[in-house]
Amino acid sequence: MFATIINKAIVQGIPLLYGSTGEIITEKSGNLNLGIPGIMYMGGIAGVMGAYFYEKSVAVPSPVWCIIIPLIASLIGSALLALIYSFLTISLRANQNVTGLALTTFGVGFGDFFGGSLTKIFGEGGNLSVKVTADYYKTTLPFADDLGAFGKIFFSYGFLVYLAIIIALISAWVLKKTRVGLHLRAVGENPATADAAGINVTKYKYLATVIGGAIAGLGGFYFIMDYTGGSWTNGGFGDRGWLAIALVIFALWKPNLGIIGSVIFGGLYIAYAYISGLSRSASAIFNMLPYVVTILVLIITSIRSKKENQPPASLGLAYFREER
Amino acid sequence: MSNKKHEKRSSEPRIHIAKRDDMIWYKSWGVRLIAIVLALILCALVIVLLTGYDPIKVYGSMIYGNFGTTRKMWNMLQKLSILLCVSLAVTPAFKMKFWNIGAEGQSLIGALTAAACMIYMGNKIPNALLIPIMTVLCIIAGMIWGIIPAYFKAKFNTNETLFTLMMNYVATQLVVFCIVFWENPKDSNNVGIINSSTHGGWLPTLFNQKYLLIVLIVAVITIAMYIYLRYSKHGYEISVVGESENTARYVGINVKKVILRTMALSGGLCGITGLLLVAGTDHTITTTTIGGIGFTAIMVSWLAKFNPIIMTLTSFLIVFLERGAGEIATTFQLNHSISDILTGIILFFIIGSEFFVNYKITLRKKHKEEA
Amino acid sequence: MAEAAIELRNITKTFGSVVANKNVCITANKNEILSILGENGSGKTTLMNMISGIYFPDEGQIFINGEEVVIRSPKDAFKYKIGMIHQHFKLVDVFTAAENIILGLEDEDGYDLKKSVEKVREIGERYGFTIDPEKKIYEMSVSEKQTVEIIRVLYRGADILILDEPTAVLTPQETQKLFAVLRRMRDDGKTIIIITHKLHEVLSLSDRVSVLRKGEYIGTVKTAETDENKLTEMMVGKKVSLNIERDEPKDCVDRLNVQNINCINREGVTVLSNVSFTARSGEILGIAGIAGSGQRELLEAIAGLQKLSNGSIMYLDPKTGETENLRDKTPMEIRDMGVRLSFVPEDRLGMGLVGNMDIVDNMMLRSYRKGKTVFLERKAPKDLAEEIISRLEVVTPDANTPVRRLSGGNVQKVLVGREIAAAPTVLMAAYPVRGLDINSSYTIYNLLNEQKRKGVAVIFVGEDLDVLLELCDKIIVLSAGKISGVVDARTTTKEEVGLLMTKSQEVEENE
Repeated sequence: MFATIINKAIVQGIPLLYGSTGEIITEKSGNLNLGIPGIMYMGGIAGVMGAYFYEKSVAVPSPVWCIIIPLIASLIGSALLALIYSFLTISLRANQNVTGLALTTFGVGFGDFFGGSLTKIFGEGGNLSVKVTADYYKTTLPFADDLGAFGKIFFSYGFLVYLAIIIALISAWVLKKTRVGLHLRAVGENPATADAAGINVTKYKYLATVIGGAIAGLGGFYFIMDYTGGSWTNGGFGDRGWLAIALVIFALWKPNLGIIGSVIFGGLYIAYAYISGLSRSASAIFNMLPYVVTILVLIITSIRSKKENQPPASLGLAYFREER
Repeated sequence: MSNKKHEKRSSEPRIHIAKRDDMIWYKSWGVRLIAIVLALILCALVIVLLTGYDPIKVYGSMIYGNFGTTRKMWNMLQKLSILLCVSLAVTPAFKMKFWNIGAEGQSLIGALTAAACMIYMGNKIPNALLIPIMTVLCIIAGMIWGIIPAYFKAKFNTNETLFTLMMNYVATQLVVFCIVFWENPKDSNNVGIINSSTHGGWLPTLFNQKYLLIVLIVAVITIAMYIYLRYSKHGYEISVVGESENTARYVGINVKKVILRTMALSGGLCGITGLLLVAGTDHTITTTTIGGIGFTAIMVSWLAKFNPIIMTLTSFLIVFLERGAGEIATTFQLNHSISDILTGIILFFIIGSEFFVNYKITLRKKHKEEA
Repeated sequence: MAEAAIELRNITKTFGSVVANKNVCITANKNEILSILGENGSGKTTLMNMISGIYFPDEGQIFINGEEVVIRSPKDAFKYKIGMIHQHFKLVDVFTAAENIILGLEDEDGYDLKKSVEKVREIGERYGFTIDPEKKIYEMSVSEKQTVEIIRVLYRGADILILDEPTAVLTPQETQKLFAVLRRMRDDGKTIIIITHKLHEVLSLSDRVSVLRKGEYIGTVKTAETDENKLTEMMVGKKVSLNIERDEPKDCVDRLNVQNINCINREGVTVLSNVSFTARSGEILGIAGIAGSGQRELLEAIAGLQKLSNGSIMYLDPKTGETENLRDKTPMEIRDMGVRLSFVPEDRLGMGLVGNMDIVDNMMLRSYRKGKTVFLERKAPKDLAEEIISRLEVVTPDANTPVRRLSGGNVQKVLVGREIAAAPTVLMAAYPVRGLDINSSYTIYNLLNEQKRKGVAVIFVGEDLDVLLELCDKIIVLSAGKISGVVDARTTTKEEVGLLMTKSQEVEENE
């Protein structure tokens, strides 16, 4: 029972973890990318499209290509969206909030359009499903079932789950312990200072936003390939994109805290199903909790105003060197 | 040696970007118009690639989708009014540089309040009394949703962008919660049309036009907002706080008070939008009653440079696209989300075009020796 | 023959319509300390920013060690071993000293913060700086931050060091220490460029001086062959006897009585301690002092913008004859009490005016609350704007032009004009002629004198001692937040005031 809850919480949390890790990297460069929900949609649909066309093109799909092609398609799709955001906000210095929201409109629209019409435009119609590929993604470690509860908590997932945790840990390490991380944090805190120190602010902002976008896109990709088993439903991804942004705040801009946070958020998402005698209305309250908790975290950190726990100081602002 | 020198030369930045003084108005609108035209061309390309239809025909059907029949026109006007109303609501906050991206939630809370009033009081109080009560309660609900983040912004400088964003989803879940009690029929997870026979709490129909009242109300709000921002003392204070908090303090403006007051106004107007949607249009409530208008409104307001009159144009642009694309989708049997893609493309172009309005790009003169 | 380390040829830089540097040619040699001397706004900092890669020149060439180079980013500047210590520190608040110091470096040895901390300690010890490499910047005092900046440049092994007004925030002792370090570095073969407007520092420290005036290069002289008078002449142009008219004060009565006020700023530093003085009607009271000695806080405290820990600010109302305490009142409350207090702040476009608003709307800042309706009354402000434009000869297309598009002098005329229009009984002006041309400056002096004749108590915070001596009736000197002396402007000398400006700091140091 306990193992099942943890298992479900992790499975629910992984899309959020990808999204928040990507958004943390992006925000650390000073870019508040509200396009993350759109990017996650894009990551999902691009992966599905990759899988769909590959499955259609060959008689017997090979497992290796089934893994690689959709994964690459997903990464390229979400990186491209992040690139649009970067070009508009960094090179053209557009307002970040407006650009991000436009990106979400576009990304969600793109996802739902092709999710709903891909089979009609390129095939015979019917629901969009890439079950063959998804099954490869759902493959778990062979000995998971033999280890009982322990196996269920730790080994019963497709590789994307482990990848999410690994990426989060690597991101945490890079941010905290490497020169690149130091430079990136400097760009987000005080771009003028970083610039004066010889750091290429534009390059860091671009790279952080595009890489962050690609990582976030994997959240949507995981959701469609592993969680839903390869069948796309419009709107199925729900508000997970915004929840990922909430998780960024909850984790105080630290990807390693994001891992724990994602399990907590995921747990809150499914908790109502496991508490006996809980009504449907109570489940709504449970679903509200991640946001309420995030708001509380936001308030408490701003009251305590400990410098280390604040959002990056230049978050949301465009940088123009010759401004004076 | 000379080779090295040449290398250095070529690394000299050629493009020079500088902030420009105000561009004359017809030029800046020209730039934006060019952006829209370019975007429309790109959209046409996308549509042709996806469908293989003649783009002229496609744009024709877009116009038909907006103006084709009287009913289509009224639907368009209703959408336009609602979008405009939320855009007007967020504008004073933005002018103050308070990034309220919580209009979605503030409107939804207003909608929820309207639905609650219709359900609990709809058949007990005559509409003549009920509708004023509903109006007041919806405004208060929206205000509360707006004032909460404003209070923490004023008091502790809590990041308002993230706060208001989170408040949206608290509101959504609150609606989910209420639907459980209100659902009709049972277990449908759907509230259904409220008071469908008695019309309790429904906004009245003027001259047989269901949406005329909404259009009139929003028209009045538009003019009122223009006057408020341009000619009232409050509007002046908002501008000063938005431009420079330091100056505001210097002349004795109570910045915290202005922030709270402005967000109360912003939230209150969102509350009215909720009322217009539930009591005037849908007569039901779902989690998607607002349907992302709160976010679209932010872009509309920003594109109009926070000018309420120009906002009628920018919201028309967005609604035109949305409804036009919807028509394309119906005619050519495509998914309706095509409208979001087209809207996205056009927004990208307009957002990008602002750069050319605000900055001057000059190509650096080449050195003589090199020529 | 001295070997040129860096040479600038015909450097020109414009910002919009403002020419910041025009055809500047400067050479700095190895084993040399070169001063770049010029008044505020003469383009010194812009010039140095172009050497350090913050700005890119519109025209002109830069040579390092005889070879032409293109410096288009700070990274390029580092490549040529140029290090700049900015006036406004470029540090990341949430980072430690060591993290800030290694920021932007690409060490081949990999990233080892511990090793860097050690190296920072070493450099600190070698030059006699006290520094904790693991202390966060936001916990540091101003002079600690400057130490971090200097060590950062040393850490990079820069050969050409540029220091932008480094002594503005230092005590005399710290200044002497810094100068000793700089001399040692010069003898080491390094090139030091120091930007300053303080003549005595130029003379005591540098080998040669290059002078800029309003963005133009005036000339270079050897320190040994010049003196204060000659340098001043180069700096301000032909020797101008100011000839500011000054009437004898008439019918003076006490208007503002400041008693024992203390102020602690947000960083917990005492910026004003036991300040007491009286401003009288019909008099111009000057306030002198090194930048950052508490002038801003003092004026803001009187205007109701700064919290005080104790003391009182007594206002003697000329109409009622009553005395009221202004301490802890907001600007609104002060106005509601009927106190007509006008304030021309130092930060004109960031505080006194709104840059993006037009002249009419800026006129309304003080008066927009007038009238009983909720609507603005634009007629009176428009008339006022027109009046100020014509009376003070403000150069502007019309009254509906945003003030940020006006030149500095015209911005100041608009601001001072508005503040005077309120018919004040007390007028405070902080550095009102900073960055203004001679004509505009005289316009401002005349306005202040006119107010004095009308019986207004004028408080004038200035930096130019000549102006203070010729314009004011009485001068109080602030030094590190304390009043170090009160002198009669008619009988005192520049030397006396200059001495007072550094006096109490030394006393404090000896205690």
